Amino acid sequence: MTPLLELAHVSKSFSGLRAVQDVSFSVAPGEIVALIGPNGAGKTTCFNVIAGVYRADAGEVRLAGTRIDGWRPDQVCRAGVARTFQLVKPFAGLTVMENVVVGALNTSPGVREAERRAAEVVEQLGLGAKRHQPAASLTLPERKRLEVARALATGPRILLLDEVMAGLRPTEMDNMVALFRDLNARLGLAILLIEHVMRAVMALSRHIVVLHHGEVIAAGSPEEVTRNPAVLDCYLGEEAV
Amino acid sequence: MKIGLTEGLPRRGPALLAALLVLLLLAPLVANDYLITVLVLILYFAYVGQAWNIMMGFAGQLSLGHALYVGLGAYTSAALYVHFGISPWLGLLAAMAIAAAAGAVIGFLAFRFGVAGVYFAILTIAFAEFARIGFDHWRWLGGSGGFFLPVANYTRNDLLSLRGSPTMFYYLALAMTAGAFVLCHALLRSGVGYRWQAIRESPEAAQALGIDIFRYRMYAVVLSAAMTSLGGVLFAFYYNNLFPEQVFHISRSIELILGPIIGGIGTLFGPIIGAFLLTALAETLGEAMRAFGIDIPGVKQVFYGFCLLLVVMFLPEGVWPPLARRLGLERRLPAGPGRAGAEP
Repeated sequence: MTPLLELAHVSKSFSGLRAVQDVSFSVAPGEIVALIGPNGAGKTTCFNVIAGVYRADAGEVRLAGTRIDGWRPDQVCRAGVARTFQLVKPFAGLTVMENVVVGALNTSPGVREAERRAAEVVEQLGLGAKRHQPAASLTLPERKRLEVARALATGPRILLLDEVMAGLRPTEMDNMVALFRDLNARLGLAILLIEHVMRAVMALSRHIVVLHHGEVIAAGSPEEVTRNPAVLDCYLGEEAV
Repeated sequence: MKIGLTEGLPRRGPALLAALLVLLLLAPLVANDYLITVLVLILYFAYVGQAWNIMMGFAGQLSLGHALYVGLGAYTSAALYVHFGISPWLGLLAAMAIAAAAGAVIGFLAFRFGVAGVYFAILTIAFAEFARIGFDHWRWLGGSGGFFLPVANYTRNDLLSLRGSPTMFYYLALAMTAGAFVLCHALLRSGVGYRWQAIRESPEAAQALGIDIFRYRMYAVVLSAAMTSLGGVLFAFYYNNLFPEQVFHISRSIELILGPIIGGIGTLFGPIIGAFLLTALAETLGEAMRAFGIDIPGVKQVFYGFCLLLVVMFLPEGVWPPLARRLGLERRLPAGPGRAGAEP
């Protein structure tokens, strides 16, 4: 089966600094894959290459077999890849609903339709009570949820989540995990997530890719990865065993 | 959950709007010539302010050279009328096309090559200056000596050629302002409006949500330029004389954006309230100074600066949002408090 998203030998440098070096991995349709690694390992750079923010120096990015490297971010989104930002970027002056409507306009033919779809997503993410508040008034965990809601409203085939669990309380995180599991099971939505919260990573993903200094040092099932000495050494630490 | 013109607003919102419109419609019955002249000026600023607001208030692109589009509209329609006898109603189509094309060129250069923020603003000034210097030397259009439309004492209003009394121009300006208001309201709640506001708030996030930011910024600059040029047509046929040094001058560009800034950028009533406040206050000041026999050149500009200073310091959102809250004209929508922006 053709992978939904595939990175093949992707490299990206920033004026001499190799942020990502010969990275290859793939996400099958309906799969949830986690991208983990210490700070500065190149995880967000990978996201930005996939999402079209950066152009890879070498290698290819393919979506369902079609090369998307070199496309603009909006083209990548319209092709079915939605992403959240690690540093959230809400449309601060717009209400929660309006924020999500902007996302929903990606696939909805008209404003009415987009508003209907946005209302659903806002409820799903538990933001219903705040839907007419300006995004600027939200707390950080709420902004993270808004970030997810907006991305989800674009109707993606694959969702790229950049540290959406950071700063959430355990119950909030469990709700978020349950939501992603539901979306994954019900709609077959594939997810690629960058995450430091291992509890969420273990609960969600069946496949983990570990980056260190821009290179893939391990990949496999959660059990394999958490037993890998190199991963323990550079990232998880002994106590994770 | 589309927010209509009146939805979520208290009943008195539309009632006040209707009352204002009736008042403006009846104004010429009681107003003297001087007051009509002032009102035409107010409506002109409200209209071009609204057009500028599409670019800055909706799409977040600061233009400091909108006098360019006013001037292109004015000169195009006036030249077609004077040289070829073409009715301004046809001339305005040419005017809008030329202004839109100029906007498209500036927009293309800026948005394609990543000229943003302050640098974009400087680019818009530069093009207005090019035009000013160019028209200064264009003999066919009178050059720096000015371009004049034939003036006579009209016994009746000739709407087809836009020759007539200030009252005719007053109603014309009122129709334009009302039309721009309705158009902007519809735009703000359309898919285009949503995308513009997203780009204004965060271009990166907007692009990540599938918005072609180049294309939508182009729409904003082209529409804003075309609308502004219509203001130029009114300007030309109302004042009957055009001087490049005045029409294209940067002070004209600044004057035109003061209304929306003082009234409230990005709001629908901001440009209208701002134009009313500024022009009315400036005229009152001028009259008072004449009455006391004081003559200080440039006092109007100092006054504008003072108003701007006050608003920036004490009402950074502009006059309209807090005023709307005070008047109880905020939207009250179910679930949670209404929008803080109070934008009816």
